[in-house]
Amino acid sequence: MKKYLSFFRLRFLMGLQYRTAAWAGVATQFVWGGLEIAMFRAFYQAEPERFPMTFSATVTYIWFQQAFLALFASWMLENEILESIKDGNIAYELCRPIRLYPLLFVRGLALRMARASLRCMPILVFAVLLPEPYGLRAPFSLGAFAVFILSMVLGLLVTVAFGTLIYVITFYTISPQGLRLVATTVMDFFNGAVIPLPFFPDRMREVMEVLPFAAMQNVPLRIYSGDLWGMDAVRAIGLQMIWLLILAAVGQGIMTRAQRKLAVQGG
Amino acid sequence: MIEMRDICKSYKVAKRNAGFKEACRALFRREYETIQALDHISFTIGDGEMVGYIGPNGAGKSSTIKILSGILTPDSGTCLVNGRTPWKDRISHVRDIGVVFGQRTQLWWDVPVIDSYELLKDIYSISHKTYNRNLEELTTLLNLGELLRTPARQLSLGQRMRCEIAASLLHGPRILFLDEPTIGLDAVSKLAVREFILRQNEEHGTTVILTTHDMQDIEALTRRIILIGKGRLLMDGNLDQIRRGGETIDETVAELYKSYQI
Repeated sequence: MKKYLSFFRLRFLMGLQYRTAAWAGVATQFVWGGLEIAMFRAFYQAEPERFPMTFSATVTYIWFQQAFLALFASWMLENEILESIKDGNIAYELCRPIRLYPLLFVRGLALRMARASLRCMPILVFAVLLPEPYGLRAPFSLGAFAVFILSMVLGLLVTVAFGTLIYVITFYTISPQGLRLVATTVMDFFNGAVIPLPFFPDRMREVMEVLPFAAMQNVPLRIYSGDLWGMDAVRAIGLQMIWLLILAAVGQGIMTRAQRKLAVQGG
Repeated sequence: MIEMRDICKSYKVAKRNAGFKEACRALFRREYETIQALDHISFTIGDGEMVGYIGPNGAGKSSTIKILSGILTPDSGTCLVNGRTPWKDRISHVRDIGVVFGQRTQLWWDVPVIDSYELLKDIYSISHKTYNRNLEELTTLLNLGELLRTPARQLSLGQRMRCEIAASLLHGPRILFLDEPTIGLDAVSKLAVREFILRQNEEHGTTVILTTHDMQDIEALTRRIILIGKGRLLMDGNLDQIRRGGETIDETVAELYKSYQI
């Protein structure tokens, strides 16, 4: 266990080294969040009662999404890992007394947490200070907040498990390009990164909500804003757990197979 | 003790001729060619031996090293390293070996070298005492000193290679695989690396298997050489056997390759 923790530590430390990139990220996310809220405001002004979430719930959803973008963003993959699979540098990782799947998982987790820890605070503070209804609301209730934290952790783990699956499949495809493009596009659409899931037509939404993508940011963000609660929240968290187990099992399975068939690229 | 018996490995390689038309055709029908990278390779290497594993480009040297280090699973044949099959008992096997791939890097790019070492300490569960002792020894012998506090990306090639070699030896492996360890190094660094490998073998009895295209490496380090070409083992013998007086080592080896038509 300690070796995986050390990997986490080093990757986390490395993530903290890029301060300029972090500030650039914060600035981008302010602007992006602002734009989204402005757009939703225009829609809400037309006919607020036709919307599935209240305006301030939507605003809260967006600010949280921007603050923790690094935790859930589809494209937040470790280029170094993808490159090392492509050019064969992964060979070094394979001659260590360490299991590859947990290693890749831990690195993905550390990358996201390092980036998020640098970026979330300025955005959260700023969003809290904004006037009603454009600011971040206090949590629905203390209980909701605890459930939110739990589901946030699960959502992060599901996201990382999905990312690890991409790394593992790259062992077969060699080039990560195509796979990456498809995976991130599908993920952005289905996980509520572009539009929160309640805004989709009912039929479509019902299907989307049982997919693994809905077990990522969709659940925690909606629990915090009070849109998801009671039995629905319990069911959603249960689904998160199930998807986490499935994705991890599939990833580990493919990894074991790949390691047997694998040809490390290059001399 | 390393024992390889009848190891075979083949790769499937997609091939096509040059040109746009050919590229389009390959979209629908791809032609594969099977390349026999290793063809019934057998040899035995005793503890504490230093062996030069040579052959022209594409001979199968790296494939052999990859099999011996547990990364690659061969198609057939048996291989025992200290009584273990590398690709089956990968995790316990790799504790005993150190590998340096001259063309790759194991150091974390953006952080000081010492951070990478600390990580290796945890990965191999090296005790505090052993780690400090090995690190101190390696630092002195390879003259690492200040390098340890420098980020890997800011090291020169020769400096980096010294750090890479130290990284592979922190856990005190009994067997060391060196895959082109002196590639791209200047004369001074080459000499330092060779000198170090010799000492490592003499003082710790480390078994060393070395692949290289630099015949001076072979001359300086090993008595025994194993020659492979097109995946087949062609010769297992002594450097002096192939020497016919007067010629330089490079010429000798070029002659050798020619005589085997590889």
